[in-house]
Amino acid sequence: MAGILRIAFKLLVNDKGKFAALLVGITFAVFLITMMTSMFAGILKRASSTVINIGATIWVMDPAVYTVASSIPIPDYILDAARSIDGVNYAVPLFSGGATVKLRSGVYQAVTVLGLDDTSLFGRPELIEGNIEDIYAENGFIVVKDAEFAKLDDPKLGTEFEINDNSAVVVGIAKVTSGGLFGIPSLYTTYNRAIQYLPTSRYTVSYVLIEPKNSDAIPHIKEEISKLGYEALTKDEFMEKVSTFYKYKTGLGINVLLMTVISFVVGLSISGQTFYTFILENLEKFGALKAMGAKGRELIYMILFQAGFSALTGYGLGIGLASLVIAGAKLKLPSYAAQITYTNLIFAFIMVVIIAGISSYIGVRKVIKIEPFDIFRS
Amino acid sequence: MADPAMKASELVKWFGEGEAKTYAVRDVSFEAYFGEMLFIEGPSGSGKTTLLSMISGILRPNSGAMLVENRDIWSLSSDQLADFRLNTVGFVFQDYHLFPRLTTVENVAIPLILKKVEWNAAMDTSMRYLEIVGLKQRAHLAPVKLSGGEQQRVAIARAIASSPDILIFDEPTASLDGDTGRKIVDFVKKNILTEKRCIIIVTHDSRIFEYADRIMKMADGKIIGLEKGGSREE
Ligand SMILES: Nc1ncnc2c1ncn2[C@@H]1O[C@H](COP(=O)(O)OP(=O)(O)OP(=O)(O)O)[C@@H](O)[C@H]1O
Ligand SMILES: [Mg+2]
Repeated sequence: MAGILRIAFKLLVNDKGKFAALLVGITFAVFLITMMTSMFAGILKRASSTVINIGATIWVMDPAVYTVASSIPIPDYILDAARSIDGVNYAVPLFSGGATVKLRSGVYQAVTVLGLDDTSLFGRPELIEGNIEDIYAENGFIVVKDAEFAKLDDPKLGTEFEINDNSAVVVGIAKVTSGGLFGIPSLYTTYNRAIQYLPTSRYTVSYVLIEPKNSDAIPHIKEEISKLGYEALTKDEFMEKVSTFYKYKTGLGINVLLMTVISFVVGLSISGQTFYTFILENLEKFGALKAMGAKGRELIYMILFQAGFSALTGYGLGIGLASLVIAGAKLKLPSYAAQITYTNLIFAFIMVVIIAGISSYIGVRKVIKIEPFDIFRS
Repeated sequence: MADPAMKASELVKWFGEGEAKTYAVRDVSFEAYFGEMLFIEGPSGSGKTTLLSMISGILRPNSGAMLVENRDIWSLSSDQLADFRLNTVGFVFQDYHLFPRLTTVENVAIPLILKKVEWNAAMDTSMRYLEIVGLKQRAHLAPVKLSGGEQQRVAIARAIASSPDILIFDEPTASLDGDTGRKIVDFVKKNILTEKRCIIIVTHDSRIFEYADRIMKMADGKIIGLEKGGSREE
């Protein structure tokens, strides 16, 4: 068994031109598929960046909310009601809204402002400069040092700017786990300052964040919140909801899916075609092997091995290439969103297995049909 | 006489149906013995290759029986038939069918690999057969680097590598010049033919008839004569 596979390997690899073409086809397909899905995974993760960064276990929101940024204000009594639900450890308000900053240079810049509960500062970011207590100082704002930081002219502690015509001062510089999707800088301040500085409607709470006493309490909390006409989602459920929105309600998902299908078809045609030509050119040899006493299934193993070996090598090369390109792009473009997830790897692997399967199916059909007599007669 | 190596009884093969039905081999019966070199000779289209294929387990006859070493090969299952081709017969195809992507020694080793001989052992054995045909120095070259006569010898080494009892050559000298052709057949007669081996050679080439023990003449799918060969010294 090992012997005929070794023969199969040599027949494949020693045909350098065709083997290279096969690898290029598969590598290309894997590369494109991985790039597409990684880009999408990166976008989806960033779309939920606030959920990740704040880190609350349960988020209470209006059922019509689909993305974190487009929150719908909730009346204050929901916060009070949440606090009195059995199993709630504590519940705090979160303000999330957009504002316009006027920089010292006179340039305007859109920003996202997150207002943290004044007493607990629940969801506060990790500071790399400054002291969290200073968030209570007059006009204090914390700037997030992410890919968008430079858009605020690289502020330092003490840098002053105007936010919606109120003066503001940088009292801290923070880092966060996940950068945002929309390319605008984020500021943190207290809840009360946020609603004071930023125009709000009658209701001011964007989300109520709940920490349950333990995870068993979650179903009960969700039920009680829904009785009030609002929705309580766990962190993962909220991220899933945001993802679903981007996947199915924005055209983004469909476009990425289309591109993935196209990459798959292109890769399949290049490698399927090359493999088919390879089999056709070796058909006589397979016929000779049959005449010499090779059994049909041994020829099938040879073809499966050849297709499988090319597919796996192409898979490795494709993933490697995609990783290199993504890493390179991230060096040049700090806000580049792509990230390779296990799901992407598995998805690309399944695609490659399908490509190998279809290619070898075509090859096997040909090889099974050859009559050694026709070889013998030539 | 001893048991025949093979015995064909009324082999029939036709191709096509209805109007297009043509008989390639009609009612051919003959016997071949161990220790002999049997030549089959006849004009193009007379059914020689078709007959070779039926006696070597490659092409199923429409009727008739083929006994090889007292086994009715056409009643075997397809796996048994593959084993028969692997263990009992060795072929030298007319255009050799060497694998250009394998080295010479790997080409010779193919039947051994198919017999599941371990790789290195198969290479060692193949080396010995290459030595027999005088090509040990060429073992690690690609077959395309060899001359026509050398390729023919590689094909012979491959055919005998699995030590088959029956060796079948289809037009072994057709693509060689007269002198090389004679040398090859001379070599086969002197070194490959043994008391336990039966060699069947299809040829048009009258220059090599002198090496035949018997010559079977075919025309139009039938055997029309059986003669003693040129060099029978008994
Ligand atoms: N697969 C096939 N389909 C139809 N006819 C066939 C097929 N194989 C052989 N024949 C016919 O059978 C006859 C015998 O063919 P075969 O190849 O056995 O002749 P041959 O004696 O080997 O000829 P040559 O000396 O040219 O090799 C020919 O008429 C040929 O056309
Ligand atoms: Mg012929």
